[in-house]
Amino acid sequence: MDILSLFVVIPVLTITAILLLKDTRQVRLVSAFGMGLQLLMAASLVFLYLTARHAGNIDEMLFVKDYVWFKSLNIHYTVGVDGISVAMISLTSLVVFAGIFASWEVEFLRKEFFISLILLATGVFGFFISIDLFTMFLFYELAVIPMYLLIGIWGTGPKEYSAMKLTLMLMGGSALLLVGLLGIYFNSSPDGNRLTFNILEISKVVIPLSAQRIFFPLTFVGFGVLGALFPFHTWSPDGHASAPTAVSMLHAGVLMKLGGYGAFRVAIFLMPEAAHELSWIFIILTSISIVYGAFGAVAQKDLKYINAYSSVSHCGLVLFAVLMMNQTAMNGAIIQMISHGLMTALFFALIGMLYGRTHTRMINEMGGLMKIIPFLSVCYVIAGLASLGLPGLSGFVAEMTIFVGAFQHPELFYRIVTILAVSSIVITAVYILRVIAILLLGPTTNEHFEHLPDAKWFEKISVVTLIGSVAAIGLAPFWLSTMIGTSLHPIIEKIIALNPF
Amino acid sequence: MRHELLLITAALLVLIAEIFWNPDKKSSISLFSIILMVVITIIGFLPSPAGSLFGGMYISSGSRLLMKNILNIGVLLVFIQSVTWLKKEENSEKISEYFLLLISTLVGMNFMISAGHFLIFYIGIELATIPIAALAAFDRYKNKSAEAGIKLILSSALSSGVLLYGLSMIYGTTGSLYFSEVAALFHNSSLQILGFIFFFAGMAFKISIVPFHLWTADVYEGSPVNITSYLSVISKGAAIFILMIILFTVFPVILATWQKTVFVTSVLTMTIGNLFAIRQKNLKRFLAFSSISQAGYILLGLIGGNQLGMASVIYYILVYIFSNLGAFGVVIAISNSTGKENIDDYNGLYHTNPKLSLIMTLALFSLAGIPPVAGFFGKFFLFTAAAQKGFYLLVLIAVLNTIISLFYYLLVVKAMFINKSETPINTFKSDFPTRFALGICVAGIVVTGFASIIFEMIRNLSFGV
Repeated sequence: MDILSLFVVIPVLTITAILLLKDTRQVRLVSAFGMGLQLLMAASLVFLYLTARHAGNIDEMLFVKDYVWFKSLNIHYTVGVDGISVAMISLTSLVVFAGIFASWEVEFLRKEFFISLILLATGVFGFFISIDLFTMFLFYELAVIPMYLLIGIWGTGPKEYSAMKLTLMLMGGSALLLVGLLGIYFNSSPDGNRLTFNILEISKVVIPLSAQRIFFPLTFVGFGVLGALFPFHTWSPDGHASAPTAVSMLHAGVLMKLGGYGAFRVAIFLMPEAAHELSWIFIILTSISIVYGAFGAVAQKDLKYINAYSSVSHCGLVLFAVLMMNQTAMNGAIIQMISHGLMTALFFALIGMLYGRTHTRMINEMGGLMKIIPFLSVCYVIAGLASLGLPGLSGFVAEMTIFVGAFQHPELFYRIVTILAVSSIVITAVYILRVIAILLLGPTTNEHFEHLPDAKWFEKISVVTLIGSVAAIGLAPFWLSTMIGTSLHPIIEKIIALNPF
Repeated sequence: MRHELLLITAALLVLIAEIFWNPDKKSSISLFSIILMVVITIIGFLPSPAGSLFGGMYISSGSRLLMKNILNIGVLLVFIQSVTWLKKEENSEKISEYFLLLISTLVGMNFMISAGHFLIFYIGIELATIPIAALAAFDRYKNKSAEAGIKLILSSALSSGVLLYGLSMIYGTTGSLYFSEVAALFHNSSLQILGFIFFFAGMAFKISIVPFHLWTADVYEGSPVNITSYLSVISKGAAIFILMIILFTVFPVILATWQKTVFVTSVLTMTIGNLFAIRQKNLKRFLAFSSISQAGYILLGLIGGNQLGMASVIYYILVYIFSNLGAFGVVIAISNSTGKENIDDYNGLYHTNPKLSLIMTLALFSLAGIPPVAGFFGKFFLFTAAAQKGFYLLVLIAVLNTIISLFYYLLVVKAMFINKSETPINTFKSDFPTRFALGICVAGIVVTGFASIIFEMIRNLSFGV
């Protein structure tokens, strides 16, 4: 058993253990133990990875393990990580760990809830460790399906509608993706004899431009749906608003990153020529995502909707940066994925906790919470400041890097879209500060809120884990960016080789 | 010839048993038939040399034996699933008839698959259809069941007529009915193509490909559930197998022509099957339309005429047998114990019968092609086979169709897990045969996908145009 496959095996074992449990109260302990173990594994993976790099290992992917699966189609189960996947795996294990504690008080069908949640996590971990497109796609779909049950059964509001909309739109994305992947597969070998799904092998081949022009848009949009690319973002606000807390955290925090990661690792890495040729279309779409998402958030009154639209805006920024196709912007894109993942998970965890106490998510029905529940309120302010990019927290590092990278393009078109995208920072400040003002400051409007309890121990674990990580990235971003930067080199070299700016 | 001889022996043994068995212990004929079928299935897997009989009218080869074995497994599952239903008062007189008729259809299918001559093929196809009509009318006191029997026999008679008309044109232009000679003498004249189209239409009736699908829903709804599952899995599978063999071996000359036919019918079949399935309230009709759309996906494996395509079709049918019989197994279990067959009746099923709901979910996910169950692999290979020959547009249409199908499969999942019900189905424990059959289906759904050896074995036996 190699170290990477353990990331899939541990969740599966946890699920098996939960299935065997008779007492539903032990379920959450077992889940917390399993995911805590996963967090430790992620930490040791980071350590092992950095050690290997220091020791001078310059392979593109480390810890590669390859098992032949379907021999005649040359389908393998291949795992391997570079700095980017290591960062994403750490993010996932943090968010899942926090998510388990955020759903500590789920009562209804508790066993099933934790099983579905961990199944979702299995899909995400599997996606990030695979370097074979078939395995990757399998895990991608595996991550989408438990969402339906999680939202449909444990959600709130119009949950059945949202669950169905989310599932069908995401599966629609994966439908486009499937065609794209098959297109890549059948062009992965110039003489047609050694077709492969292995990303590293395909990246050494130049896929014919005519094929790229068809399959790049399919693949990019396929992943883009999950990354909330305008106009395919509409599942996101409904889905996030109806989902239970931990699911919103996991979904906005991690699952949407699958889109950004895939767009970059598969669509752009394997088909850079078409990416360069067609990127302008998607840059326009992502600019719309960024600005429209931010304005959408300003107009909302429901906390979860505000955050969902802000996620559309921030994830739009990820795709925007990926499409800029230079070292700085891509570096920023990865940091933004990590930063947004942690920050938005924090937001949704806090909203869940507020909702559990006040039983409303409408901002105009709340007020003056700072005096009543200071711990949660301060955490909310920190999350908000991270979101609007205050230096010292993770959001600043990410957005700064992205905009510097985007501005490196001298053409007028890039200048205009960058300026448009930058304007979202101001709009973000509007909706964040407005919420903080109404929600936390001022007089207490509702007397029922006078005696709300502050955070319990398990909620504190969840929140502190996330805030600690946000601050760590904000204060010491160089660790992360070095790890990412070296892994970006092969991709950037490939892009520069075909088109020196 | 081993499969056919064994099955005929089994049919005769069941007949003899009917005569000499103690009338009070008639229900043990079920057990007897199942044991016979188990033996036949196991013997079927023993290695057997390829060859031909009757001057090439009967052909046996690795791939054809594999198809027969797959059908045997499916029939065995259907047998086990029928035990509980046959124990009912009104069926106690007809147990041996049931098994006798099913075995004779299976003999017909085996002849059909092994055909090397259009006459053997035709005899096989008739032998496979006519007993089914009797079985569809098995609940003879129910109007709907009688209606299903009549509809089935009339529509299959019509389709046989169309088929024979096409064959007569082929015979008239080539002067032979041997597959090998027809293939050699076929030269793309318009009369021959007309003959081919009639032939294809006749087969389309049997597989219920749109626009020849109209009999399906009524027959499926009226027949007893066990027969519905048999019709939708075994009959369909056998007809697809022989269509594939004939397209690949007899009509390779007009590959480009039948690719167009398959393209159009495939798109129609998937889309119309799916769109009609959305509106169904009765689970049997629901599964009927879902099985129509499944046939549309299977055509994707045929269209390339490649080895991968044949492998993926055989593999998909195997997966489809497990998935569809799993879904039908749950419907049968619930229908036997409560008589309820509507989707609304399944509201809140998870809270009273969690295991059945989980099996149903697994089976439906497999039909929809969701990982990690076998249906995902099956669909993926079908799509890969079509993409290999450049049919990307068709693949795109097909994957978009899977989204539609996911919608209605999720409606059932939603009914079981999310909807609340005032009058939920009571908690009940199904008897051993039902649980055993469902267990095999679940094992099949889970294992067939991951165990790549199954696909590799099928692929090694397959061939292309």
